Amino acid sequence: MFRYYLKLGLLSLRRNPILSGLMVVAIATGIGACMTIVNIDYVMSGNPIPHRSELLYYVQLDNWDPNEAARGVNDPPPQVTYIDGTALIAAKNARRQVLSYPTTRIIQPEEDGQLPFLVDSRSTTADFFPMFDTPFLYGSGWDSTADDNHEYAVVINKEINERLFAGQDSVGRLILMNGDRYRISGVLDTWEPTPKFYDVNNRAFGKAEEVYFPFSVSIDKELTSEGNTNCWKAPAGNGFESFLTSECVWMQLWVELHNAGERQEYMAFLDAYVESQKLLGRFPRPVNNRLNDVMDWMQHEEVVEDDVQVLLGLAVLFLVVCLLNTIGLLLAKIMRRSGDISLRRALGASRKAIFSQYIVEAGIIGLAGGVLGIAMTWLGLQGIRGLYGDFDFITRLVTMDWVMIFVAIGLAILSALGAALYPTWRACGIQPASQLSTL
Amino acid sequence: MELGPIWRALIRNKSSYILIALQIAATMALMVNAVSIIQERTRMMSRSSGTDEANIFQIYSMSFDPAQDYQAMVAADLDAIRGFPGVANAVVTNSLPLRQGGWSQDLKTEPGTDNEGSGVAIYFVDEHGVDTFGLNLVAGRNFEVTDVSWFDPDAGPRWPGLVIITEAMATELFPDARPADTVGKTAYIDNDIPVTIIGVLEKMQAPWKDWAGVERSMLVPMKRGDGFARYVIRAEPGYRDELIPQIEQMLAERDTGRVVDGAATMTEIRANAYLEDSAMIKLLVFIVSLLTAITSLGIVGLASFSVARRTKQIGTRRALGAPKAAILRYFMLENFLISSVGVVSGAVIAVGLNMWMVQRFNLTPISWYIIPVAMIALWLVGQCAVYGPARRASLVSPAIATRSV
Repeated sequence: MFRYYLKLGLLSLRRNPILSGLMVVAIATGIGACMTIVNIDYVMSGNPIPHRSELLYYVQLDNWDPNEAARGVNDPPPQVTYIDGTALIAAKNARRQVLSYPTTRIIQPEEDGQLPFLVDSRSTTADFFPMFDTPFLYGSGWDSTADDNHEYAVVINKEINERLFAGQDSVGRLILMNGDRYRISGVLDTWEPTPKFYDVNNRAFGKAEEVYFPFSVSIDKELTSEGNTNCWKAPAGNGFESFLTSECVWMQLWVELHNAGERQEYMAFLDAYVESQKLLGRFPRPVNNRLNDVMDWMQHEEVVEDDVQVLLGLAVLFLVVCLLNTIGLLLAKIMRRSGDISLRRALGASRKAIFSQYIVEAGIIGLAGGVLGIAMTWLGLQGIRGLYGDFDFITRLVTMDWVMIFVAIGLAILSALGAALYPTWRACGIQPASQLSTL
Repeated sequence: MELGPIWRALIRNKSSYILIALQIAATMALMVNAVSIIQERTRMMSRSSGTDEANIFQIYSMSFDPAQDYQAMVAADLDAIRGFPGVANAVVTNSLPLRQGGWSQDLKTEPGTDNEGSGVAIYFVDEHGVDTFGLNLVAGRNFEVTDVSWFDPDAGPRWPGLVIITEAMATELFPDARPADTVGKTAYIDNDIPVTIIGVLEKMQAPWKDWAGVERSMLVPMKRGDGFARYVIRAEPGYRDELIPQIEQMLAERDTGRVVDGAATMTEIRANAYLEDSAMIKLLVFIVSLLTAITSLGIVGLASFSVARRTKQIGTRRALGAPKAAILRYFMLENFLISSVGVVSGAVIAVGLNMWMVQRFNLTPISWYIIPVAMIALWLVGQCAVYGPARRASLVSPAIATRSV
C-alpha cells in the first residue's frame, strides 16, 4: 500500500510542479536559515575542553574599589593582580595551578635571509600544558623548576616550527627572541580551543598563541600584558616595580580541583588569604571570591555574542513563517481535492487510509525540504564566511560537526511532520457525502 | 460594498486564511525588528570619528635590540616621516579612533577618592597631534613644543599639567558651562593630579565604538612606550596608498633593530571595527528579502488554489452579469482583508518581540513609524502577489458555469 501511496503522492506533486517546488524550497530555506545560526551558536557555546572542563576553575578575587564594584552589581574583576596571582601560585594549594597573560615577542631567525617577525606569545607557568592538555608534536612543556630558575625555555606551535625548522623535531634547539636565546622544550600540534577559554577577556574567539615562555622570565623582562589591564587606583610610582605591587588586574589564574571537597577547601583557603591581606590594608570590599569551572565561566562572561542570539531568535521566527507557508499551501491543495476524498470515503475508504495517503504526500515534501535544508545550511555557513572575510576565527565557527548534521536532520523531520500533520488531519475530517452533492 | 460577502466567505473557509494571515503577521514581526536593528547599526556606522579618515594611516615599529636608543630613534623617525614627500604630518601615539584598544581613565572635577569620575579615552601626542589627526580645535590653543615631554619611569611627573579635551568630555565634566568656556578649568586624574584644560576639540572618538562614552577623548602632550611606537601619518590627498609601502621600507631600512609592521589605513580600521555590524546588516537585509519573497509566493499559491477551487462560482457570477473588474476586485479585496488581519496582529507581535529584545539584548526600541510603513509595505506586497491569480480569475469565461465537472 505504501508504494501505491508513494506513487499517488509523487503523481499529485508532479501535477503542480511549481507549487510543490515552492513548498520544498520554503521548508528548506527555513531549515537552512535556522540551522546556520544554531550551528554558529552551538560552536560559540561549545565546550572547548570537554574531558577536563569540570576540573578546571577560574579564580576571581575582589580587590576592587570600596565605592564601586569592578563590574555589574557585585562582580569581582575578571583578572587578578600580580601580587595575588603569584602568592596563590606559590602556595600550591590546588593539584595544579597556572598563571598567565598575553604578550608579544619578536623572533629573530638565525638562518640567513629570514627577517625578524612578530609573534603572539603567552607568558605562563609550567602547569599550563598538563592542565589544558595541550597536544604535543614533539617534546613537552617545561617543568616547574624552569619557572623557579627563570630559565629561558620555550614551547612553539606547529606553524612556527614549520617556518623555522621546516617541521623537523626541534626540541633542544635554540631560538633568538628579542635578543635572548630560548631552548625549545616542546612543539605543539594544532591546538585551537574554541572559545579560547583560558583567556576569554582578551578575544574569546582569537587564535591560540604561537609561542609560550616562562612567566618568571617575562616578569624579568618587564613585559606588561598585550590584553586588558584595569586599575581602580593608580600605582604608587612610575616604574615596573610599582606596577607589579599595584592593584591593577592583568593576568588569569586557573586551578585544578578534582571534587567538591577540594573545591570547598580551596575556597576556604582563598577566603583566609583575602582575610590575611585585609590585615595589610588591601581588599577594602567584603570578601567576595569566586571559583567557576570552564563552562560556568564561559556562561558568566557571555562569550556567545548578543548578535548571534538575536539572529537565532529571528531565524526561528523565519522557520515558523516558512512552515506556515507550507502548511497553508498543503492545506489549500488538499481541500481542493475534497471531492476526491469524500468520494473515496463514500466508497468505503477508512480515515486511516486517507491519512496514510496524504501523510505520504506531505511527507515527501517535508523530507525533500529537509534534505535540501541541510544543503542550504552549508550554503548559509559559506555565506557567513564570505561576509566576514578571511578572519581566522570565522572559519572555526562555520564548521559543521556530526552532532549538528543530526540536529539538522531531526529538525527537518520535525518540520516536515509539523507541516504535514494538520493538512492531513483536516483531510481525514472530510465527511463521505459532504462534497458529492456539488458534483 | 462587497466586504460583507467576502468576509463571510473567508470565515467559512477560515483555516487556510488564518494560516496565511499568521504568516503575514510573523513576517511583519520579523521585518519590523530587523529593520529597527538595521537602522540602529547604520546610525552607529555613520558616526564620524572626527578625524581626516580618508588620508590617515598607521604603521608601528617594535624594537628587539636591547642596545637601541629608543627615544632618539623615534625622534629621527618622525623627522624622516614628516620630511617625506607627500606626507602632510605625523605623530607618535598610543592608539587611534575605532582601533578597539586603548587607554582610558577617570577624570574628576574635584580631587579625592570618594567622588565619582567620568571615563575618558587618552591619546598621547605631541604638538603635531591635532594637525595629524585632522582635528578641529574650537577653543583654546594647541600644545607647543615645550609642553611635550617623554614619560620617565624613574622620576618626573606621571601626567603633564596640560590637556585638550573634546566638547563631549567638556560637557560631561562641566554640564553647566559652554564647552568653549571650560578652557582654563582644572580637572583631576589619578584622583588628585591636577590637569588644566587648554583647548577644546569639536570631535574625536574614543577607540571603542561600542563604549557609551565614545565621544569623550583627551589629548595628553607626552610620548610614551619603550620599544613600541605607533606612528599615525596623514598623507596629502591622493598620496596615502603609494606612501604606505614607501614609508614601511624607509623605516625598516633606517634601523634594523626592529620590526616594522601593522600598516593599516583608517578606512581599513573602520571597516574592521564595524565588520560585525556591516555583516549583521547584510544578513538581516538578506533574511527580510527572502522572507518577503517566500510570503508573497505563499500568497500567490494560496490565491491560485482559491481561484481554481471557485472556477465554477466565478463562471456563474460572470454568467449572471458580473463584469471582469468585479471578479478582480473580489480577490484583491479578499487579500486586503487577510493582509489586514495579518499586519494588525503582526504589529502586536512585533512590539512584543521588540520589548523582549530591548530588555534582553539592550537594543534600541523601534521607532513608531516603522510599524505603519511595514504595514503598508506588506499590504502592497499582498496586492501585487494576488494580482496575477485574481486577473486569471477575471478571465474565467461565463460558459464554465454551464459545464459540469
